[in-house]
Amino acid sequence: MTPLLTTKGLSRQFGGLRAVDGVDFALMPGEIRAVIGPNGAGKTTFVSLLSGRIRPSSGAVVFDGVDITAMPAYQRVRLGVAYTFQITSVFANLTVFDNVALPVQRTLTDGRTKGQVRTGVMAALERTGLADRAGTLAAHLSYGHQRLLEVAMGLALKPRLLILDEPTQGLADSEIDNFIALVRGIARDATVLLIEHNMPVVMGLADRITVFNSGKILAEGTPGEIRANGEVQDAYLGATHG
Amino acid sequence: MRDASPAKTYALHIGVIMLLFALNFIMPDYHQGLFARIMALAVFAMGYNLLFGYVGLLSLGHAMFFSAGLYGAGLTVYHLGWGVPEALVAGIACGALLALVIGLLALRTSGVAFMIVTMMFAQVFYLMILYFAAWTGGDQGLVIQQASRVIAIGGVSFDLTDPTVRYMGALALFSVVLLITLALVRSRFGRVLVAIRENEERTKMLGYDTVANKLVAVVASGAICSASGAAYALLFGYVGSNFASIQYSILPLLWVLLGGAATTLGPLIGTLFMYYVTDITSGFTSAYLLIVGVALILLVLFAPKGIMGSIRERWLGWLP
Repeated sequence: MTPLLTTKGLSRQFGGLRAVDGVDFALMPGEIRAVIGPNGAGKTTFVSLLSGRIRPSSGAVVFDGVDITAMPAYQRVRLGVAYTFQITSVFANLTVFDNVALPVQRTLTDGRTKGQVRTGVMAALERTGLADRAGTLAAHLSYGHQRLLEVAMGLALKPRLLILDEPTQGLADSEIDNFIALVRGIARDATVLLIEHNMPVVMGLADRITVFNSGKILAEGTPGEIRANGEVQDAYLGATHG
Repeated sequence: MRDASPAKTYALHIGVIMLLFALNFIMPDYHQGLFARIMALAVFAMGYNLLFGYVGLLSLGHAMFFSAGLYGAGLTVYHLGWGVPEALVAGIACGALLALVIGLLALRTSGVAFMIVTMMFAQVFYLMILYFAAWTGGDQGLVIQQASRVIAIGGVSFDLTDPTVRYMGALALFSVVLLITLALVRSRFGRVLVAIRENEERTKMLGYDTVANKLVAVVASGAICSASGAAYALLFGYVGSNFASIQYSILPLLWVLLGGAATTLGPLIGTLFMYYVTDITSGFTSAYLLIVGVALILLVLFAPKGIMGSIRERWLGWLP
Protein backbone atom coordinates (compact mmCIF):
# COMPACT_ATOMS: atom_id res chain seq x y z
CA MET A 1 0.00 0.00 0.00
CA THR A 2 1.32 3.47 -0.83
CA PRO A 3 1.27 6.06 1.92
CA LEU A 4 -1.34 8.86 1.81
CA LEU A 5 1.17 11.37 3.03
CA THR A 6 4.94 11.41 3.22
CA THR A 7 7.52 13.98 4.21
CA LYS A 8 11.18 13.97 3.25
CA GLY A 9 13.78 15.87 5.24
CA LEU A 10 11.11 18.30 6.37
CA SER A 11 12.63 21.15 8.37
CA ARG A 12 11.58 24.50 9.74
CA GLN A 13 13.82 26.93 11.54
CA PHE A 14 12.73 29.90 13.60
CA GLY A 15 15.88 31.98 13.90
CA GLY A 16 18.41 29.60 15.46
CA LEU A 17 15.77 27.16 16.65
CA ARG A 18 15.20 24.04 14.57
CA ALA A 19 11.55 23.49 15.47
CA VAL A 20 11.27 20.65 12.97
CA ASP A 21 14.52 19.05 11.93
CA GLY A 22 14.79 16.75 8.91
CA VAL A 23 11.68 14.68 9.50
CA ASP A 24 10.95 11.66 7.29
CA PHE A 25 7.40 10.59 7.95
CA ALA A 26 4.82 8.38 6.26
CA LEU A 27 1.12 7.98 6.95
CA MET A 28 -0.93 5.08 5.61
CA PRO A 29 -4.47 5.60 4.34
CA GLY A 30 -7.14 4.79 6.90
CA GLU A 31 -4.97 4.76 9.99
CA ILE A 32 -5.32 6.78 13.16
CA ARG A 33 -1.92 8.19 13.98
CA ALA A 34 -1.13 9.99 17.20
CA VAL A 35 1.77 12.41 17.48
CA ILE A 36 3.05 12.83 21.01
CA GLY A 37 6.02 14.49 22.60
CA PRO A 38 6.98 16.97 25.31
CA ASN A 39 6.06 20.64 25.02
CA GLY A 40 8.18 22.38 22.43
CA ALA A 41 9.01 19.14 20.63
CA GLY A 42 7.77 20.59 17.33
CA LYS A 43 4.45 18.75 17.01
CA THR A 44 2.30 21.75 16.16
CA THR A 45 4.95 23.16 13.83
CA PHE A 46 5.11 19.78 12.10
CA VAL A 47 1.37 19.56 11.44
CA SER A 48 1.33 23.23 10.42
CA LEU A 49 3.86 22.34 7.74
CA LEU A 50 1.56 19.55 6.58
CA SER A 51 -1.51 21.81 6.44
CA GLY A 52 0.41 24.65 4.80
CA ARG A 53 -0.13 27.21 7.56
CA ILE A 54 3.63 27.71 7.60
CA ARG A 55 6.24 27.04 4.93
CA PRO A 56 9.15 24.67 5.46
CA SER A 57 12.75 25.90 5.42
CA SER A 58 13.63 22.76 3.47
CA GLY A 59 12.30 19.33 2.63
CA ALA A 60 9.17 18.14 0.86
CA VAL A 61 5.58 17.13 1.61
CA VAL A 62 3.83 14.68 -0.72
CA PHE A 63 0.09 14.05 -0.42
CA ASP A 64 -1.45 11.24 -2.46
CA GLY A 65 1.43 11.35 -4.94
CA VAL A 66 1.32 15.12 -5.39
CA ASP A 67 4.14 17.33 -4.15
CA ILE A 68 2.29 19.96 -2.12
CA THR A 69 5.33 21.61 -0.53
CA ALA A 70 4.76 24.93 -2.29
CA MET A 71 0.98 24.78 -2.34
CA PRO A 72 -0.94 27.41 -0.36
CA ALA A 73 -3.01 26.15 2.55
CA TYR A 74 -6.41 26.74 0.96
CA GLN A 75 -5.51 24.56 -2.01
CA ARG A 76 -4.34 21.76 0.28
CA VAL A 77 -7.73 21.92 1.98
CA ARG A 78 -9.36 21.47 -1.41
CA LEU A 79 -7.19 18.37 -1.99
CA GLY A 80 -8.54 16.96 1.26
CA VAL A 81 -6.13 18.00 4.02
CA ALA A 82 -8.24 19.47 6.85
CA TYR A 83 -6.82 21.02 9.99
CA THR A 84 -8.61 21.79 13.22
CA PHE A 85 -7.03 24.38 15.42
CA GLN A 86 -5.41 23.75 18.78
CA ILE A 87 -6.82 26.99 20.12
CA THR A 88 -10.51 26.91 19.39
CA SER A 89 -10.96 29.05 16.35
CA VAL A 90 -14.63 28.94 15.45
CA PHE A 91 -16.41 32.03 14.08
CA ALA A 92 -17.70 33.31 17.41
CA ASN A 93 -20.15 35.85 15.99
CA LEU A 94 -21.74 33.44 13.52
CA THR A 95 -24.30 30.80 14.33
CA VAL A 96 -23.33 27.14 14.65
CA PHE A 97 -25.18 26.60 11.37
CA ASP A 98 -23.18 29.24 9.50
CA ASN A 99 -19.91 27.96 10.94
CA VAL A 100 -20.52 24.56 9.38
CA ALA A 101 -22.19 25.97 6.24
CA LEU A 102 -18.86 27.54 5.26
CA PRO A 103 -16.99 24.25 4.78
CA VAL A 104 -20.09 22.55 3.36
CA GLN A 105 -20.67 25.10 0.61
CA ARG A 106 -16.96 24.91 -0.20
CA THR A 107 -17.10 21.16 -0.77
CA LEU A 108 -20.32 21.53 -2.78
CA THR A 109 -18.43 23.44 -5.45
CA ASP A 110 -15.74 20.81 -5.88
CA GLY A 111 -18.23 17.97 -5.81
CA ARG A 112 -17.19 16.27 -2.60
CA THR A 113 -20.59 16.95 -1.07
CA LYS A 114 -23.86 16.33 -2.85
CA GLY A 115 -27.13 18.15 -2.39
CA GLN A 116 -27.96 21.26 -0.45
CA VAL A 117 -26.00 23.23 2.11
CA ARG A 118 -28.65 22.61 4.77
CA THR A 119 -28.50 18.82 4.34
CA GLY A 120 -24.72 18.78 4.59
CA VAL A 121 -24.65 21.06 7.61
CA MET A 122 -27.25 19.06 9.51
CA ALA A 123 -25.42 15.80 8.73
CA ALA A 124 -22.19 17.16 10.24
CA LEU A 125 -24.07 18.58 13.23
CA GLU A 126 -25.91 15.29 13.82
CA ARG A 127 -22.63 13.40 13.90
CA THR A 128 -21.16 15.74 16.48
CA GLY A 129 -24.36 16.02 18.50
CA LEU A 130 -24.81 19.74 17.90
CA ALA A 131 -27.92 19.57 15.74
CA ASP A 132 -30.20 21.12 18.33
CA ARG A 133 -27.86 24.09 18.69
CA ALA A 134 -27.76 25.05 15.00
CA GLY A 135 -29.23 28.50 15.65
CA THR A 136 -26.97 29.38 18.60
CA LEU A 137 -24.12 31.85 18.20
CA ALA A 138 -20.85 29.93 18.44
CA ALA A 139 -19.68 32.34 21.16
CA HIS A 140 -22.55 31.18 23.37
CA LEU A 141 -21.52 27.51 23.25
CA SER A 142 -19.70 25.87 26.14
CA TYR A 143 -16.01 25.21 25.57
CA GLY A 144 -16.58 21.51 25.00
CA HIS A 145 -19.22 22.23 22.41
CA GLN A 146 -16.94 24.71 20.66
CA ARG A 147 -14.35 21.95 20.35
CA LEU A 148 -17.03 19.71 18.86
CA LEU A 149 -18.02 22.48 16.48
CA GLU A 150 -14.40 22.72 15.41
CA VAL A 151 -14.48 19.00 14.60
CA ALA A 152 -17.82 19.38 12.80
CA MET A 153 -16.26 22.03 10.58
CA GLY A 154 -13.36 19.70 9.85
CA LEU A 155 -15.77 16.85 9.08
CA ALA A 156 -17.86 19.01 6.80
CA LEU A 157 -14.81 19.48 4.58
CA LYS A 158 -15.07 15.75 3.77
CA PRO A 159 -11.33 15.44 4.33
CA ARG A 160 -9.17 12.55 3.28
CA LEU A 161 -6.75 13.50 6.02
CA LEU A 162 -8.07 15.16 9.17
CA ILE A 163 -5.44 16.74 11.39
CA LEU A 164 -6.64 17.31 14.96
CA ASP A 165 -4.39 19.48 17.12
CA GLU A 166 -5.00 18.61 20.78
CA PRO A 167 -8.70 18.01 20.31
CA THR A 168 -9.47 16.91 23.88
CA GLN A 169 -7.69 19.77 25.59
CA GLY A 170 -10.04 21.28 28.14
CA LEU A 171 -12.73 18.64 27.75
CA ALA A 172 -14.36 16.95 30.74
CA ASP A 173 -13.84 13.18 31.16
CA SER A 174 -17.44 12.47 30.19
CA GLU A 175 -17.00 14.43 26.98
CA ILE A 176 -13.76 12.61 26.18
CA ASP A 177 -15.48 9.22 25.87
CA ASN A 178 -17.89 10.63 23.29
CA PHE A 179 -15.00 12.22 21.55
CA ILE A 180 -13.11 8.94 21.19
CA ALA A 181 -16.20 7.36 19.65
CA LEU A 182 -16.52 10.31 17.27
CA VAL A 183 -12.92 10.05 16.06
CA ARG A 184 -13.34 6.29 15.52
CA GLY A 185 -16.35 7.07 13.37
CA ILE A 186 -14.42 9.65 11.36
CA ALA A 187 -11.59 7.18 10.78
CA ARG A 188 -13.95 4.88 8.90
CA ASP A 189 -13.71 7.16 5.86
CA ALA A 190 -10.70 9.37 6.54
CA THR A 191 -7.16 9.14 7.80
CA VAL A 192 -6.70 10.84 11.16
CA LEU A 193 -3.56 12.47 12.48
CA LEU A 194 -3.89 13.78 16.00
CA ILE A 195 -1.64 15.57 18.39
CA GLU A 196 -2.67 14.58 21.86
CA HIS A 197 -1.41 14.87 25.41
CA ASN A 198 -4.03 12.73 27.07
CA MET A 199 -2.39 9.29 27.24
CA PRO A 200 -5.55 7.19 27.72
CA VAL A 201 -6.96 8.85 24.56
CA VAL A 202 -3.76 8.18 22.62
CA MET A 203 -3.50 4.56 23.76
CA GLY A 204 -7.18 3.94 23.15
CA LEU A 205 -7.40 5.48 19.71
CA ALA A 206 -4.14 5.31 17.83
CA ASP A 207 -3.14 2.51 15.49
CA ARG A 208 0.40 3.84 15.56
CA ILE A 209 2.18 6.52 17.55
CA THR A 210 4.96 8.87 16.47
CA VAL A 211 7.00 10.40 19.25
CA PHE A 212 8.64 13.78 18.67
CA ASN A 213 11.51 15.22 20.65
CA SER A 214 13.53 18.35 19.83
CA GLY A 215 12.07 18.55 16.34
CA LYS A 216 12.97 14.98 15.41
CA ILE A 217 11.15 11.69 15.42
CA LEU A 218 12.37 9.81 18.45
CA ALA A 219 10.35 6.65 17.97
CA GLU A 220 7.45 5.23 16.05
CA GLY A 221 5.36 2.14 16.60
CA THR A 222 2.19 0.59 17.97
CA PRO A 223 0.94 1.77 21.36
CA GLY A 224 2.42 -1.35 22.93
CA GLU A 225 5.86 -0.78 21.41
CA ILE A 226 5.87 2.87 22.42
CA ARG A 227 4.87 2.03 25.98
CA ALA A 228 7.77 -0.40 26.19
CA ASN A 229 10.32 1.96 24.64
CA GLY A 230 12.86 3.09 27.22
CA GLU A 231 14.00 6.16 25.29
CA VAL A 232 10.44 7.41 25.05
CA GLN A 233 9.96 6.92 28.75
CA ASP A 234 13.05 9.01 29.43
CA ALA A 235 12.13 11.81 27.07
CA TYR A 236 8.47 12.05 27.61
CA LEU A 237 6.70 9.81 30.02
CA GLY A 238 9.14 10.94 32.65
CA ALA A 239 9.48 7.54 34.31
CA THR A 240 12.78 6.99 36.09
CA HIS A 241 13.80 3.44 35.65
CA GLY A 242 16.80 1.24 36.01
CA MET B 1 -28.88 35.42 9.41
CA ARG B 2 -29.91 34.27 12.86
CA ASP B 3 -33.41 33.52 11.68
CA ALA B 4 -33.86 32.46 8.08
CA SER B 5 -37.04 34.29 7.08
CA PRO B 6 -36.51 35.53 3.54
CA ALA B 7 -40.15 36.58 3.13
CA LYS B 8 -40.04 38.97 6.09
CA THR B 9 -36.69 40.39 5.04
CA TYR B 10 -37.70 41.04 1.43
CA ALA B 11 -41.02 42.48 2.57
CA LEU B 12 -39.20 45.00 4.76
CA HIS B 13 -36.89 46.11 1.96
CA ILE B 14 -39.62 46.39 -0.61
CA GLY B 15 -41.68 48.29 1.97
CA VAL B 16 -38.84 50.81 2.35
CA ILE B 17 -38.68 51.24 -1.43
CA MET B 18 -42.46 51.75 -1.62
CA LEU B 19 -42.33 54.27 1.21
CA LEU B 20 -39.67 56.26 -0.66
CA PHE B 21 -41.81 56.06 -3.78
CA ALA B 22 -44.85 57.42 -1.93
CA LEU B 23 -42.82 60.20 -0.28
CA ASN B 24 -42.23 61.71 -3.72
CA PHE B 25 -45.86 62.70 -3.96
CA ILE B 26 -46.33 64.13 -0.49
CA MET B 27 -43.02 65.85 0.22
CA PRO B 28 -42.49 69.58 -0.30
CA ASP B 29 -40.20 70.43 -3.25
CA TYR B 30 -37.22 71.21 -1.11
CA HIS B 31 -37.25 67.85 0.65
CA GLN B 32 -37.95 66.05 -2.59
CA GLY B 33 -34.69 67.45 -3.98
CA LEU B 34 -32.81 66.59 -0.82
CA PHE B 35 -34.12 63.03 -0.83
CA ALA B 36 -33.06 62.50 -4.45
CA ARG B 37 -29.54 63.50 -3.45
CA ILE B 38 -29.63 61.35 -0.33
CA MET B 39 -30.74 58.26 -2.27
CA ALA B 40 -28.01 58.73 -4.88
CA LEU B 41 -25.40 59.10 -2.13
CA ALA B 42 -26.86 56.23 -0.09
CA VAL B 43 -25.82 54.04 -3.03
CA PHE B 44 -22.26 55.28 -2.44
CA ALA B 45 -22.65 54.35 1.23
CA MET B 46 -24.01 50.90 0.34
CA GLY B 47 -21.01 50.24 -1.89
CA TYR B 48 -18.71 51.32 0.91
CA ASN B 49 -20.59 49.20 3.43
CA LEU B 50 -20.16 46.08 1.33
CA LEU B 51 -16.42 46.31 1.78
CA PHE B 52 -16.19 47.95 5.21
CA GLY B 53 -19.18 46.39 6.94
CA TYR B 54 -19.18 42.88 5.54
CA VAL B 55 -15.54 42.18 4.63
CA GLY B 56 -14.07 44.41 7.34
CA LEU B 57 -11.75 46.25 4.95
CA LEU B 58 -11.49 49.92 5.89
CA SER B 59 -10.68 51.95 2.80
CA LEU B 60 -9.93 55.65 2.96
CA GLY B 61 -9.96 56.02 -0.80
CA HIS B 62 -13.48 55.38 -1.95
CA ALA B 63 -13.81 58.92 -3.30
CA MET B 64 -11.81 57.66 -6.28
CA PHE B 65 -14.45 55.05 -7.14
CA PHE B 66 -17.26 57.56 -6.72
CA SER B 67 -15.46 60.11 -8.88
CA ALA B 68 -14.42 57.46 -11.44
CA GLY B 69 -18.15 57.01 -12.01
CA LEU B 70 -18.77 60.74 -11.83
CA TYR B 71 -16.13 61.56 -14.44
CA GLY B 72 -16.63 58.38 -16.45
CA ALA B 73 -20.24 59.38 -17.02
CA GLY B 74 -19.75 63.16 -17.04
CA LEU B 75 -16.82 63.34 -19.47
CA THR B 76 -18.35 60.94 -22.00
CA VAL B 77 -21.49 63.09 -22.06
CA TYR B 78 -19.59 66.37 -22.09
CA HIS B 79 -16.86 65.58 -24.60
CA LEU B 80 -18.26 62.69 -26.64
CA GLY B 81 -21.91 63.58 -26.53
CA TRP B 82 -22.94 60.13 -25.28
CA GLY B 83 -26.48 59.47 -24.13
CA VAL B 84 -27.46 58.98 -20.51
CA PRO B 85 -27.62 55.12 -20.46
CA GLU B 86 -24.27 54.74 -22.25
CA ALA B 87 -22.70 57.27 -19.91
CA LEU B 88 -24.02 55.41 -16.88
CA VAL B 89 -22.49 52.18 -18.17
CA ALA B 90 -19.22 54.00 -18.97
CA GLY B 91 -19.11 55.38 -15.41
CA ILE B 92 -19.67 51.98 -13.82
CA ALA B 93 -17.13 50.35 -16.13
CA CYS B 94 -14.50 52.97 -15.19
CA GLY B 95 -15.14 52.40 -11.49
CA ALA B 96 -15.07 48.60 -11.75
CA LEU B 97 -11.85 48.62 -13.77
CA LEU B 98 -10.20 51.06 -11.39
CA ALA B 99 -11.32 48.91 -8.45
CA LEU B 100 -9.81 45.83 -10.07
CA VAL B 101 -6.43 47.52 -10.48
CA ILE B 102 -6.47 49.14 -7.03
CA GLY B 103 -7.68 45.87 -5.48
CA LEU B 104 -4.84 43.87 -7.02
CA LEU B 105 -2.33 46.29 -5.56
CA ALA B 106 -3.91 47.29 -2.25
CA LEU B 107 -4.98 43.80 -1.17
CA ARG B 108 -1.32 42.93 -0.73
CA THR B 109 -1.72 44.91 2.49
CA SER B 110 -4.24 44.84 5.31
CA GLY B 111 -5.30 46.92 8.30
CA VAL B 112 -3.70 50.34 8.64
CA ALA B 113 -1.52 49.80 5.58
CA PHE B 114 -4.64 49.15 3.50
CA MET B 115 -6.13 52.43 4.71
CA ILE B 116 -3.00 54.36 3.81
CA VAL B 117 -2.53 52.70 0.42
CA THR B 118 -6.14 53.33 -0.63
CA MET B 119 -5.95 56.91 0.61
CA MET B 120 -2.77 57.53 -1.38
CA PHE B 121 -4.24 56.10 -4.58
CA ALA B 122 -7.28 58.33 -4.10
CA GLN B 123 -5.00 61.35 -3.70
CA VAL B 124 -3.23 60.42 -6.94
CA PHE B 125 -6.61 60.20 -8.63
CA TYR B 126 -7.64 63.58 -7.21
CA LEU B 127 -4.42 65.27 -8.34
CA MET B 128 -4.75 63.72 -11.79
CA ILE B 129 -8.19 65.30 -12.14
CA LEU B 130 -6.67 68.68 -11.30
CA TYR B 131 -3.68 68.08 -13.59
CA PHE B 132 -5.78 67.23 -16.63
CA ALA B 133 -7.85 70.38 -16.18
CA ALA B 134 -8.16 70.82 -19.94
CA TRP B 135 -10.53 67.85 -20.02
CA THR B 136 -11.86 67.72 -16.46
CA GLY B 137 -12.38 71.40 -15.83
CA GLY B 138 -9.95 71.19 -12.90
CA ASP B 139 -11.22 72.62 -9.65
CA GLN B 140 -13.99 74.48 -11.45
CA GLY B 141 -15.54 71.27 -12.65
CA LEU B 142 -17.96 70.94 -15.54
CA VAL B 143 -21.66 71.61 -15.81
CA ILE B 144 -23.62 69.15 -17.93
CA GLN B 145 -26.29 70.95 -19.86
CA GLN B 146 -29.94 70.11 -19.56
CA ALA B 147 -30.10 69.04 -23.21
CA SER B 148 -27.60 66.24 -22.55
CA ARG B 149 -29.58 64.90 -19.61
CA VAL B 150 -32.63 63.62 -21.41
CA ILE B 151 -33.35 59.92 -21.85
CA ALA B 152 -35.50 58.94 -24.79
CA ILE B 153 -37.16 55.57 -24.39
CA GLY B 154 -39.40 54.70 -27.32
CA GLY B 155 -41.27 57.88 -28.09
CA VAL B 156 -41.19 59.21 -24.53
CA SER B 157 -38.37 61.37 -23.26
CA PHE B 158 -37.48 61.79 -19.62
CA ASP B 159 -35.81 65.01 -18.58
CA LEU B 160 -33.52 64.34 -15.61
CA THR B 161 -33.68 67.98 -14.59
CA ASP B 162 -37.35 67.56 -13.79
CA PRO B 163 -37.63 67.04 -9.99
CA THR B 164 -39.94 64.03 -10.16
CA VAL B 165 -37.98 62.30 -12.94
CA ARG B 166 -34.80 62.95 -11.01
CA TYR B 167 -36.32 61.56 -7.82
CA MET B 168 -37.51 58.44 -9.61
CA GLY B 169 -34.13 58.01 -11.30
CA ALA B 170 -32.37 58.13 -7.95
CA LEU B 171 -34.96 55.80 -6.43
CA ALA B 172 -34.59 53.30 -9.28
CA LEU B 173 -30.83 53.09 -8.82
CA PHE B 174 -31.18 52.96 -5.03
CA SER B 175 -33.75 50.14 -5.23
CA VAL B 176 -31.68 48.04 -7.61
CA VAL B 177 -28.54 48.40 -5.51
CA LEU B 178 -30.41 47.77 -2.25
CA LEU B 179 -31.87 44.52 -3.57
CA ILE B 180 -28.52 43.48 -5.06
CA THR B 181 -26.70 44.04 -1.77
CA LEU B 182 -29.45 42.23 0.11
CA ALA B 183 -29.20 39.22 -2.20
CA LEU B 184 -25.41 39.39 -2.05
CA VAL B 185 -25.09 39.40 1.73
CA ARG B 186 -27.63 36.60 2.06
CA SER B 187 -25.80 34.48 -0.52
CA ARG B 188 -23.03 31.95 0.01
CA PHE B 189 -20.56 34.57 -1.16
CA GLY B 190 -21.86 36.93 1.54
CA ARG B 191 -21.26 34.26 4.15
CA VAL B 192 -17.66 33.90 2.99
CA LEU B 193 -17.15 37.68 3.16
CA VAL B 194 -18.37 37.79 6.76
CA ALA B 195 -16.16 34.81 7.58
CA ILE B 196 -13.14 36.71 6.21
CA ARG B 197 -14.04 39.68 8.40
CA GLU B 198 -14.42 37.49 11.48
CA ASN B 199 -11.32 35.32 11.00
CA GLU B 200 -9.42 35.31 7.75
CA GLU B 201 -6.90 32.68 8.81
CA ARG B 202 -9.67 30.23 9.68
CA THR B 203 -11.46 30.94 6.41
CA LYS B 204 -8.31 30.01 4.49
CA MET B 205 -8.16 26.73 6.40
CA LEU B 206 -11.65 25.92 5.17
CA GLY B 207 -10.31 25.96 1.62
CA TYR B 208 -11.16 29.52 0.60
CA ASP B 209 -8.90 31.71 -1.49
CA THR B 210 -9.52 34.76 0.68
CA VAL B 211 -7.55 37.16 -1.52
CA ALA B 212 -9.65 36.28 -4.56
CA ASN B 213 -12.86 36.69 -2.56
CA LYS B 214 -11.71 40.07 -1.26
CA LEU B 215 -10.83 41.16 -4.78
CA VAL B 216 -14.33 40.35 -5.99
CA ALA B 217 -15.70 42.36 -3.07
CA VAL B 218 -13.48 45.35 -3.90
CA VAL B 219 -14.63 45.30 -7.53
CA ALA B 220 -18.30 44.98 -6.52
CA SER B 221 -17.89 47.80 -4.01
CA GLY B 222 -16.09 49.98 -6.57
CA ALA B 223 -18.75 49.30 -9.20
CA ILE B 224 -21.59 50.25 -6.83
CA CYS B 225 -19.81 53.43 -5.68
CA SER B 226 -19.13 54.42 -9.29
CA ALA B 227 -22.79 53.80 -10.16
CA SER B 228 -23.59 56.32 -7.46
CA GLY B 229 -21.08 58.79 -8.90
CA ALA B 230 -22.30 58.32 -12.46
CA ALA B 231 -25.91 58.80 -11.38
CA TYR B 232 -24.92 61.88 -9.42
CA ALA B 233 -23.30 63.47 -12.49
CA LEU B 234 -26.29 62.71 -14.69
CA LEU B 235 -29.01 63.62 -12.19
CA PHE B 236 -27.49 66.81 -10.83
CA GLY B 237 -25.51 67.90 -13.85
CA TYR B 238 -22.27 68.77 -12.12
CA VAL B 239 -18.89 67.07 -12.20
CA GLY B 240 -16.31 68.50 -9.82
CA SER B 241 -12.97 67.61 -8.30
CA ASN B 242 -14.18 68.16 -4.73
CA PHE B 243 -15.99 64.81 -5.07
CA ALA B 244 -12.58 63.17 -5.42
CA SER B 245 -11.12 64.84 -2.34
CA ILE B 246 -10.39 63.07 0.94
CA GLN B 247 -13.64 64.44 2.38
CA TYR B 248 -15.62 62.18 0.09
CA SER B 249 -13.60 59.18 1.20
CA ILE B 250 -14.45 59.86 4.83
CA LEU B 251 -18.12 60.75 4.36
CA PRO B 252 -19.27 57.24 3.34
CA LEU B 253 -17.41 55.86 6.35
CA LEU B 254 -19.32 58.25 8.62
CA TRP B 255 -22.65 57.50 6.96
CA VAL B 256 -22.10 53.77 7.35
CA LEU B 257 -20.93 54.04 10.96
CA LEU B 258 -23.90 56.22 11.77
CA GLY B 259 -26.45 54.00 10.06
CA GLY B 260 -24.89 50.73 11.12
CA ALA B 261 -22.06 48.84 9.45
CA ALA B 262 -22.97 45.44 8.00
CA THR B 263 -26.67 46.23 7.86
CA THR B 264 -28.39 46.55 4.50
CA LEU B 265 -30.50 49.58 5.44
CA GLY B 266 -27.88 51.30 7.60
CA PRO B 267 -26.26 53.22 4.71
CA LEU B 268 -29.58 54.87 3.79
CA ILE B 269 -30.43 55.70 7.40
CA GLY B 270 -26.93 57.08 8.06
CA THR B 271 -26.88 59.24 4.93
CA LEU B 272 -30.38 60.50 5.67
CA PHE B 273 -29.61 61.28 9.29
CA MET B 274 -26.35 63.08 8.54
CA TYR B 275 -27.89 65.13 5.73
CA TYR B 276 -30.77 66.29 7.87
CA VAL B 277 -28.65 67.04 10.93
CA THR B 278 -26.40 69.16 8.69
CA ASP B 279 -29.36 70.74 6.98
CA ILE B 280 -31.28 71.64 10.13
CA THR B 281 -28.30 72.87 12.15
CA SER B 282 -26.85 74.93 9.30
CA GLY B 283 -30.17 76.81 9.37
CA PHE B 284 -29.37 78.52 12.65
CA THR B 285 -25.61 78.36 13.11
CA SER B 286 -22.53 78.50 10.93
CA ALA B 287 -20.88 76.06 13.35
CA TYR B 288 -23.06 73.20 12.12
CA LEU B 289 -20.09 70.88 11.62
CA LEU B 290 -19.48 71.16 15.36
CA ILE B 291 -22.98 69.83 16.02
CA VAL B 292 -22.48 67.06 13.49
CA GLY B 293 -19.27 66.16 15.29
CA VAL B 294 -20.97 66.09 18.68
CA ALA B 295 -23.76 63.92 17.28
CA LEU B 296 -21.15 61.47 15.95
CA ILE B 297 -19.30 61.34 19.26
CA LEU B 298 -22.53 60.67 21.15
CA LEU B 299 -23.40 57.94 18.71
CA VAL B 300 -20.03 56.24 18.97
CA LEU B 301 -20.24 56.41 22.77
CA PHE B 302 -23.80 55.18 23.20
CA ALA B 303 -24.57 53.22 20.04
CA PRO B 304 -21.26 52.09 18.54
CA LYS B 305 -23.05 49.72 16.19
CA GLY B 306 -24.91 52.57 14.55
CA ILE B 307 -28.64 53.10 14.31
CA MET B 308 -29.63 49.92 12.46
CA GLY B 309 -26.94 47.90 14.23
CA SER B 310 -28.38 48.84 17.61
CA ILE B 311 -31.93 48.10 16.49
CA ARG B 312 -30.79 44.69 15.30
CA GLU B 313 -28.96 44.00 18.54
CA ARG B 314 -31.80 45.06 20.85
CA TRP B 315 -35.00 44.21 19.05
CA LEU B 316 -34.82 42.77 15.57
CA GLY B 317 -32.23 40.01 15.45
CA TRP B 318 -33.36 38.92 12.00
CA LEU B 319 -32.36 42.16 10.24
CA PRO B 320 -29.85 41.47 7.47
